[in-house]
Amino acid sequence: MSGTSLVSARERAIAVLGGEPDDATLRRYLHGIAGVDAVGLEQRAAGLGTRSIKTSSKQWALDRIIELIDLTTLEGADTPGKVRSLVAKAVNPDPSDASTPRVAAVCVYGDMVPYAIEALGGAHGDPDDGLISVAAVATAFPSGRASLDIKLADTAEAVAAGADEIDMVIDRGAFLAGRYGLVFDQIAAVKEACRRPDGTSASLKVILETGELVTYDNVRRASWLSILAGGDFIKTSTGKVAPAATLPVTLLMLEVVRDWHLATGQRIGVKPAGGIRSSKDAIKYLVTVAETVGEEWLQPHLFRFGASSLLNDVLLQRQKIASGHYSGADYVTID
Amino acid sequence: MSFLDYAPAPESRAILSLRDSYGLFIDGEFVDGRGEPFQTISPATEERIAMIANANAADVDAAVAAARRAYDRTWSKMSGRDRGKYLFRIARLVQERARELAVAESLDNGKPIKESRDVDVPLVAAWFFYYAGWADKLDHAGLGANPRSLGVAAQVIPWNFPLLMLAWKIAPALAAGNTVVLKPAETTPLTALIFAEILQQAELPAGVVNIITGAGDTGAALVGHEGVDKVAFTGSTGVGRAIAKQVAGTDKKVTLELGGKAANIVFDDAPIDQAIEGIVNGIFFNQGHVCCAGSRLLVQENIHDEVVDRLKSRLSTLRLGDPLDKNTDIGAINSREQLERIRALSDIGVAEGAERWTAPCDIPENGFWYAPTIFTGVQTSSRIAREEIFGPVLSVLTFRTPAEAIAKANNTPYGLSAGIWTDKGSRILAVADQLRAGVIWANTFNRFDPASPFGGYKESGYGREGGRHGLGAYLSPAPIGQSSASRGALGAASTAAIEADAPAPAKRSRVAKPARTAKTTTKGSKR
Repeated sequence: MSGTSLVSARERAIAVLGGEPDDATLRRYLHGIAGVDAVGLEQRAAGLGTRSIKTSSKQWALDRIIELIDLTTLEGADTPGKVRSLVAKAVNPDPSDASTPRVAAVCVYGDMVPYAIEALGGAHGDPDDGLISVAAVATAFPSGRASLDIKLADTAEAVAAGADEIDMVIDRGAFLAGRYGLVFDQIAAVKEACRRPDGTSASLKVILETGELVTYDNVRRASWLSILAGGDFIKTSTGKVAPAATLPVTLLMLEVVRDWHLATGQRIGVKPAGGIRSSKDAIKYLVTVAETVGEEWLQPHLFRFGASSLLNDVLLQRQKIASGHYSGADYVTID
Repeated sequence: MSFLDYAPAPESRAILSLRDSYGLFIDGEFVDGRGEPFQTISPATEERIAMIANANAADVDAAVAAARRAYDRTWSKMSGRDRGKYLFRIARLVQERARELAVAESLDNGKPIKESRDVDVPLVAAWFFYYAGWADKLDHAGLGANPRSLGVAAQVIPWNFPLLMLAWKIAPALAAGNTVVLKPAETTPLTALIFAEILQQAELPAGVVNIITGAGDTGAALVGHEGVDKVAFTGSTGVGRAIAKQVAGTDKKVTLELGGKAANIVFDDAPIDQAIEGIVNGIFFNQGHVCCAGSRLLVQENIHDEVVDRLKSRLSTLRLGDPLDKNTDIGAINSREQLERIRALSDIGVAEGAERWTAPCDIPENGFWYAPTIFTGVQTSSRIAREEIFGPVLSVLTFRTPAEAIAKANNTPYGLSAGIWTDKGSRILAVADQLRAGVIWANTFNRFDPASPFGGYKESGYGREGGRHGLGAYLSPAPIGQSSASRGALGAASTAAIEADAPAPAKRSRVAKPARTAKTTTKGSKR
């Protein structure tokens, strides 16, 4: 999968902003965007959460959730063995049911990319072809507190090792200090580092870490900023900070993506990550995507769940539909 | 398949155990009515739900007499604490039977189950809980110590929120120590009759609440009955005016909650996505059958096109259909009569030159339906900007400055509610201060809470329902000299504190003046 090219992203930003993307211009632009009313946003998200998805709709939703999962392990204790185990689960989520679709990608630390690719073997590729991508977190994940050179090296190494997607974190400190130009430049530079020698690029997911931005106004501005700077996806969280993904935050980011599409015709992806553990919750996200940006967003290049335990809950629900009764945690594999 | 074509998710009707016919609930028992029974239908299918008794003048006499007996012998003598216990019990039973009540409400009224389940019925329970808490604290209602109940209250309620309006009427009346004869609307009597069963279950003393069904003549007989001390009506301004005339010169106290043509004012710095939701909720909630609906959208001219475009794409996602499906957003229009009125006024809008846009919806074959509709290019002089349509029809007007927005918002014989959308807190306060409307929502719309008073300016009625103010409609101050007669030293001290709280009733009387505007429009079937 390949992202938008850097040159076009910068030109596009200048065209949208009406000037160079420095602190002052970005500030004028981002602070000119309509505010967010927290109560109203949460009310709308809660309303979408009451949709009742039953029978055939539920069946379709469960399979689609699996196809949209970035199956993730991001622990200090990760080993090649753990990653091989995760990959095996990604390829064959439910050994008792061959009709189970595969997940979209596995998401690991940069140094684990070679093991993931080796373990995937022939299953490595574009999720549109029924294959599994490798996503690597980079740029001093999860804090993002490192020099730009280190962030770029981190990114380039993962791309060189064969990562299809890079999940970068923004510098929340710089964002909160109002240094929007710095954040923009860093995203743009990481985007450049995603480029491969053959001219293609790894897809760039920009993690906002909404739990540290705190206000919805900040989340909206950071979303616009990340898209302007060339992000292919905007992602809520690292999973290391609470709160991680919430439905209102995801709704808000989807609204930005919808507005960007209206303004430019370009489709940007959204990835809620962290804290989505049940099928019931995940279905609320599908509803929110479909009713906010449209159903065409429910595909792996435009929407992902960053999750680990969610997969097993979906598998239990699938088994329940197939057999008519609930089984238990021992009827799905731990990873 | 398309995911957005959600599979049907109907709420089961199995929880209902309806009778084929319902009598009048008088003196704690269901009795036959002496008028010609009528049927109540489901507006979504036009199928008959049940036969309903029709109360004639003799039945009204019986109901008022039962209420009087219960007042004299039981309810007026009971301590506030004990009255409160009954109200708490009713509130809990409403919660226990919430799903049944929600299904019945959606079936009879046509409103989507998600609204009856998530809005109407929870608010009904909240209203009873709230006023249950007041029953033994009437000294603090703002009328001085030992305020008196009024006696028998005649209450006539509309079809748009059948059970919720019942709760708005009955809860404060009982808390204050009055007894009640209530008449639900003829198209939506079902939940009131199930509520009567709840009263039996709660073992409320016989006659404290009587529920009689019938049409306008039953209501007129009740309101005009000489055994009645208090009249409370929610419905159309036309009927409200007739009631005001009917009771003029009598000792009856009156509260009227009538029509509205609320302005929903959207400034250019509004939180736009939430404002769109608020506009949708303001006018398409309950198919627009809401007296406080935000039926006039006043949008700042420089964002008009953007707002209208966003509104249209949002409306295209609304689901119209079976009220009992949990994913339905827009249910059925309550009656053929109301549907015809909506159609007629919409056609007038087109004839007056406004541009009509209708959300793309499949309309079911049977039943009464009207797809969400927006009129743009509406002028302040248009009839669709003046008259209450009481349906899912929004008139969009523009303004340039806050002063113009205020002037246009106030330029209506009504004054029930208004909405303000802006990110600027000081503007909310400045504009709200100048709007002549009883309820003003800031960056939200159609939110209700039992602690918040609700009521109108001008032809939207007088008196307040809800909150401490709502108690004032069912109480009168103790006669001079009696307010502290039965109190000890401690009581006298707290009386002084209450009297210091005098501005509240003064404020109430300011808005309680009957409207004097000479010429107005009347509304059809909302009663």
